This record gives sequence, structure tokens and C-alpha cells, in this order.
Amino acid sequence: MTEIRNYTMNFGPQHPAAHGVLRVVMEMDGEVIERVDPHIGLLHRATEKLAETKPFSQSIGYMDRLDYMSMMCNEHAYVRAIEKLLDIEAPERAQYIRVMFDEITRILNHLLWLGTHGLDVGAMTVFLYTFREREDLMDCYEAVSGTRMHATYYRPGGVYRDLPDSMPKYEPSKWHNDKETARRNESRQGSLLDFIEAFTDRFPACVDDYETLLTDNRIWKQRLVDIGIVTAERAKQRGFTGPMLRGSGVAWDLRKKQPYAVYDRMDFDIPIGTTGDSYDRYLVRVEEMRQSNRIIRQCIDWLRKNNGSVMLENYKVVPPDRETMKRDMESLIHHFKLFTEGYCVPEGETYSAVEAPKGEFGIYMISDGANKPYRVKIRAPGFTHLSALDEMTRGHMLADMVAIIGTMDVVFGEIDR
Amino acid sequence: MANSEQLAERVKACCGDSITSLTIAHGEVTIEVDPADVVAVLTELRDDTQTRFEELIDLCGVDYTTYGIESSAEDELQSMGPPHLAVVYHLLSLTHNHRLRVRVLLDPEHPLLASIVDVWPCADWFEREAFDLYGMIFQGHPDLRRLLTDYGFIGHPFRKDFPISGHVEMRYDDERKRVVYEPVSIPPRVLVPKVIRTEGYGD
Repeated sequence: MTEIRNYTMNFGPQHPAAHGVLRVVMEMDGEVIERVDPHIGLLHRATEKLAETKPFSQSIGYMDRLDYMSMMCNEHAYVRAIEKLLDIEAPERAQYIRVMFDEITRILNHLLWLGTHGLDVGAMTVFLYTFREREDLMDCYEAVSGTRMHATYYRPGGVYRDLPDSMPKYEPSKWHNDKETARRNESRQGSLLDFIEAFTDRFPACVDDYETLLTDNRIWKQRLVDIGIVTAERAKQRGFTGPMLRGSGVAWDLRKKQPYAVYDRMDFDIPIGTTGDSYDRYLVRVEEMRQSNRIIRQCIDWLRKNNGSVMLENYKVVPPDRETMKRDMESLIHHFKLFTEGYCVPEGETYSAVEAPKGEFGIYMISDGANKPYRVKIRAPGFTHLSALDEMTRGHMLADMVAIIGTMDVVFGEIDR
Repeated sequence: MANSEQLAERVKACCGDSITSLTIAHGEVTIEVDPADVVAVLTELRDDTQTRFEELIDLCGVDYTTYGIESSAEDELQSMGPPHLAVVYHLLSLTHNHRLRVRVLLDPEHPLLASIVDVWPCADWFEREAFDLYGMIFQGHPDLRRLLTDYGFIGHPFRKDFPISGHVEMRYDDERKRVVYEPVSIPPRVLVPKVIRTEGYGD
């Protein structure tokens, strides 16, 4: 009789289903996974060490590059850590703008997750739809910060600038004639808030479209139902947060339980799953997009009615505007000091966490009273989720591995840091 | 959310004998314990009904060697001796909705402490990361390999005496038809010196 033995297989590091650079060494018994050993760190850039060598404000841009699918949420955690140590609080309008953009970011992230998860599992169409909506949201990013992804929009003491009064418009080209261009510019006639409002009007119907394609789709259900089950007890032991924990039926959301910014004034619900399988996590994330849409609408209402400053006027931390800088000697000195040396943050330590789209994203910051952080530790949700890959895939088929990586919503920017 | 004084009382009631210091700052409670007591204290904090920390949110290493020392004085640090390492745990209780920070200062000569993989399984990768970046040893960890750095990496890059540009650089050598490692050719430089300004400076 021929001897049957397990064999070891290498997955990645360059594989479209690995969502980045993940190498997994798998021990297979036929097509069944016996054990997996994920090798991470191929995207390690030592962000935490770099942050130790730079003044506080200069690392905000690095935060965008951690979880590069939920940029502003990462900034939010970092900026809040600095604000807590400095004992300052951003103005109310800035808080509302932050909440609005956090939720825009959540939709951005979930849309990308939904599209790529669909691709992994074999559904091409959803990807094309979700990226259409992502384009609009990235235009919002661009309108406030100048860049589509890596915004550096949140600053200690507020946000970089107020929402713009107009949106950039498309121009006719040889691919888009005048009539078509006019149609594309329809929602861009007013301010950014009008544009976002128009988006929130049509977005629920878009989510319905995705659900029509997936929720009751037989193939989708065959690939996801009862795949990668995590019980509530085990999810807690494994340090899960965010949709991974809620999918297992634990109603835990930092926006409700430990509200930051102005989330305590928002009206929204937390969806939770029942069985803790991949399909539940899919349903949870889809519902979260609808809830985010609700929060954005509430922010728009408030922002329309209330004006005010979006940045503190504490020139020991916040740079003065260029106009005053050119008139006023003291502002010039402040500006010079802030951009050569930065500001010193009082000695102390803090942990600030936000509910990022993937889970709890936290910054543990130690300051020894200097102009640079002494230690920044980034608590990335994907790191703990991926560490459970071994136990979630055991006994599943090789093809389910891809579905499980997809359902974890991992991004290597934050896992490898 | 339980307030921090209440939490401090509960933590003291739960494992008061092992706590060497307890501080409350920015509404966050920090306790320090000895390396020998780590597993006992953390297990107690997890199981006590008054504290009930079900989740280990974060575990990280810290190198306190240059704490409070400005750049200008850093040149003298060539003789700084072994690093003063610490391990910091962040715990979260879903039941009581509170957080706790536990710090363990390690012996600079022997940076050893017990692994807590048996208390929370998610400590597995966190400990591997802390070992990789700082070099403290977690005794009892089932698989203490490097996690984030390259295969065959030498040194512990997050220690304060490790230069930001590293020790070796890598390139493809066309003659030898393979990747070669060479000493770093860029001199280390500091773009913004570290300065410490105490309250009321310049008055």
C-alpha cells in the first residue's frame, strides 16, 4: 500500500487572495488544512520607531499608512492620544466633522472589504459596484484634505480646515461629452455637505443592490455559512474586537460603550450576529454601512445649523494662520518654533482607542516631556484577528482559507506596522 | 463606565499584595507588579468577578533607558549598559466596561518573565512581537520565534541603542547573482533634536 502523508504548502507572500503580503505555511492532509503558520512582517516599516524620532505632529501622516483602508480613523486615535496628554479638546464643530469622516471612512473600508471579499469568493460584480461608490467618498477626502487617501486631515486641536463651499467638477473630455459631464456634475453644484447628503440619499439603495447580489445568493451562502465559526467566549479570549466580535454575538462597540468625540449624541444601532460564522460577519458589516449612513446624516444636519471654529487658537500647539503670521511678530515666532522644534507634551502616558472599521484601533503613547513621543505602540485590530487564523482554519478546506482571510478583513499596513 | 477610583479600589481588593505601585492619570489606572507575580496577578484580574478582564487588548515592550534624557546628552549613552526593559499589558473588561494598564519592569541584567499565553491565548503573537523588537524572554511561551523582522535578522530593533537606519543594508549583487548584506553606508543623523521643556520655560 502506498504511504499517505501530509504535505506542506506555501501560500503567498504574493497572492491576490492574501490581501497584501501574507505568507502562510500550511500543513495539508489532502485538501484539508491541519495547521497553518502565518508569517507576517513582510511590510514591516517600524512605524512606531519612526514616530519616536519625529515631533508629535509629523507622525500623523504615518497613521494613514497603517490601515490604509481606514485612514482617518487611525489619525483620530493618534490625535486623541496627543490631545489627552496635552489636556486640550477640539472644538465642537471639529468633533462633528471627525465623526462624519470616521463614518465615511467606515463605509469606505466596508465597501472595499465587501468588494474584495466577493472577488475572493468568486463574485466579480460586487467589486465593480462598490468601487463606484468608493470613488465618490474619496472625492470627499480630496475635497477636505487635497488627497484621496492619505489625508493628514485631523490635527491635535481640531481638523486642518473647514469643509469647502464648493466641489471640484468634471470637465468634458473625448470620453465624456457635455451632456454626460453635466450628469456627472449634478451632485457637485453645491458645497461638500450637499455632495455628501446626495450620497447618503442614494447609498441605501446601493447597499440594497449589493444585498440583492449576495445575501440570498446560493453560492455566496455555500461559501460563507458555517465557515470560520468563533464562539463568543473564544472571541473574547482571542482579543477580537469590532465586527469580528459582534459577529459572534457580543454587543460591544466603543462608539456606544466608551463614546469619544460626539458619538454619545448620535442615534444608531449596533448589529450583532448569532452563530459567529463568516456569513454573520458579512451581515454585520453590511448593516454597519447602513448605520454609518444614518450617523453621517445626523452630522450633516448639525454641521449645516452650527458654524464655528474647527481648530483651537492655542498657538503653543496649533500653528497660526499664514496671514497673521505675516503681520504679527509673535505668530511668526510660534510658527517658527512649531515647525522646527514642535511642541513639548507633558510627561505621562495614555491609551486612546477608537472603533475603527476593523475593530479597536488604539494608540498607547508615553511622553517623557519632550517634543517627540517616547514610545508609541499601535494596537492594530487585524493583528489579533490574524493571530487566530490557525485555529479558525483548522479542519477547513483549502478554498475556505481564502474566505476566512477575507472575512477577517485584514490589511497588512496595520498588522506589520 | 466605572470611574477610575472605583476600579482602583477593586483592583486593590483583588490583588493588593502584589501591586508595587498604583497611579491614576487621565482617568486611566496603571498598576506595577513584579515579574515573578505576573501570571498570578493577571489570572486573578481575569477571574475575579469584580474586575473580570476578559480581553487582553494589547501587550507591548518598552525600553526606558533614555527616558527623560535629551538628544544632547544621548552621545554619552554609549556606555549605557543593558537596557531597562518593561512589558505593558492593556486589559479590557467587557462586563464592567473598564480598562487597566499593568506594567512590569524587568531586571536589566536578566530580562525574563513568565508567558501569559495560558491566561489569554491572544498573547501568543504579542509576546513574539515584544521578544522580536525588544529581546525580553517570555518563559513558557510555546513558540518564541521572531515575528515582524526579516528571517535571520540580528538584534532587537526597538531598543533605544539600535540606530534608526539599522546595522546592515541589503542589495542584489549582479556578479555573485544573489542578495548580499553590507554594513549601512548612510551616517545616522537627527533631523529634529529631542528637547525637554518643563512648564513655564522662557518666562
